[in-house]
Amino acid sequence: MSIHVSHLSKVFGQQRAVDDISFEVAKGEILGFLGPNGAGKTTTMRMITGYLAPDDGEILVDNEAVREETTSIRAKIGYLPENNPLYLDMYVREYLRYVARIYKMQNPADRIEEVLALTGLLSESHKLISSLSKGYRQRVGLAQAILHDPEVLILDEATSGLDPNQLIEIRALIRELGKEKTILLSTHIMQEVQALCDRVVIINKGKIVADGNIPMLSQMLNKQHRVKVKFSEAINSNTLQEIKGYASHDQKDAHTFIIAGQETAINEAIFDFAVNKNLKILEMSSMEESVEHIFQQLTQPA
Amino acid sequence: MRAIYLRELGSYFSSMIAYITLGLLLAVLGLMMWVFPDFSVLSTPFASIDSLFALAPMIFIFLIPAFTMRSFAEERQAATLEILLTRPVSAWKIVLGKYFATLTWLLIALVPTILYVFSVYRLGSPVGNIDLGQIAASYFGLFMLGAVFCAIGLLTSAQTSNQIVAFVLAVFFCFIFFYGFYLISRLASFAGNLDSLIESLGIDFHYYSISRGVIDTRDLAYFICLIGLCITWTWASLSKRN
Repeated sequence: MSIHVSHLSKVFGQQRAVDDISFEVAKGEILGFLGPNGAGKTTTMRMITGYLAPDDGEILVDNEAVREETTSIRAKIGYLPENNPLYLDMYVREYLRYVARIYKMQNPADRIEEVLALTGLLSESHKLISSLSKGYRQRVGLAQAILHDPEVLILDEATSGLDPNQLIEIRALIRELGKEKTILLSTHIMQEVQALCDRVVIINKGKIVADGNIPMLSQMLNKQHRVKVKFSEAINSNTLQEIKGYASHDQKDAHTFIIAGQETAINEAIFDFAVNKNLKILEMSSMEESVEHIFQQLTQPA
Repeated sequence: MRAIYLRELGSYFSSMIAYITLGLLLAVLGLMMWVFPDFSVLSTPFASIDSLFALAPMIFIFLIPAFTMRSFAEERQAATLEILLTRPVSAWKIVLGKYFATLTWLLIALVPTILYVFSVYRLGSPVGNIDLGQIAASYFGLFMLGAVFCAIGLLTSAQTSNQIVAFVLAVFFCFIFFYGFYLISRLASFAGNLDSLIESLGIDFHYYSISRGVIDTRDLAYFICLIGLCITWTWASLSKRN
């Protein structure tokens, strides 16, 4: 079960909301779909779920083309739209029973209990949806998306409005689901991408500006490798230039530096340098480029 | 379709909407027919409940749009329509599920008025001196009329995310279809040639035709076509999303 998107375009009036984008999500993969507001994330997701018809291009879910009128493919997709729309006048359990009936599930009662437990809703399941807090409503949204055990999950900003504890729980749930399912997850929370996603697609103004895993993306941006080092004694920063492969540095305090250099051999070069200078290295750690940084570099107007 | 039908019905009857509309209908009908003298059954020399079939359409013109205005407008407003349209149900089934739920409400609204028929039946002299066949046909006509109003209400509700707009438009079109064509046909310029044709486009023409006690296939075809048109248009406006 996978998603193939090829040369997808969508025009609203004068604006090309989605402009010739192509990407794939493989089975068992969690793809982070990242981009500033208005970049075309939601439009793309709406097209994958069959809510909007693309103006151009094709979407295959499980090798079957998604069209407005095909309802068979929709049973395989679980969708949590942006802003998590729910029927506020229904009770949690009543709502899930209704969703189960729409998907024509056999023996929905057991599955409903299972999903309530999975999403941590058991204690709230007798309440009206309108009386739930935002975090619990978000869980109801997630529960309705996974109820029919879909193989593809489309989650549009699934974790918005959750407090830090809930965030951890829901992320763990998504990660667990991601082992067997294909998940496309949009967000603009950077830590989420780092915590959850196997791969990232960054989209800006309707175009894909980056596609790859996080280490690959950071390499693509600057071919430098950055290492944080704490030496036992204060040193003159000018002497750092003796390090083989040195490119630049950033001084944190008298002992601590962030040294950037070409390739991974910089670690060895720093070690050799310390031995030469009779310094001891107290700490040394490679610094991974944060997604936040990548995101800014790719999407900020030049 | 069953899931949508049950949800709609459930939401009508678990909230106040169904009770308020039903209560209002029965309160107004009861007062007009039995208390206030102008339309009172008691002040007519015949055992008939024609005043029910004269009053009910006027109340329906306002009541049914009030009842149907939320059906799609609210879902559009809350964006639950988006999630509904991405589920494995066709837009046809969504529209029909909602439509049948409103028809169920309409049936439930009409059932208590049978008490009026029973009362007049008992009041007749001799008891039971009342044309039950004509009353049955009138009920059928009233149900068809209500069914058209429900279809118009769903149609206007599907056009907008604003319930008030949906309500006002539905009242307007219900009125035009019920009474407007008759008014237009009275214009002097149509007299003698087009007036009967224009009059036959109105709901009232067919409604009163059925009320006489004869269910004519032309009247039936008229109602079914009008309902079909509104439902198809509703489906089309759901299917077309930019």
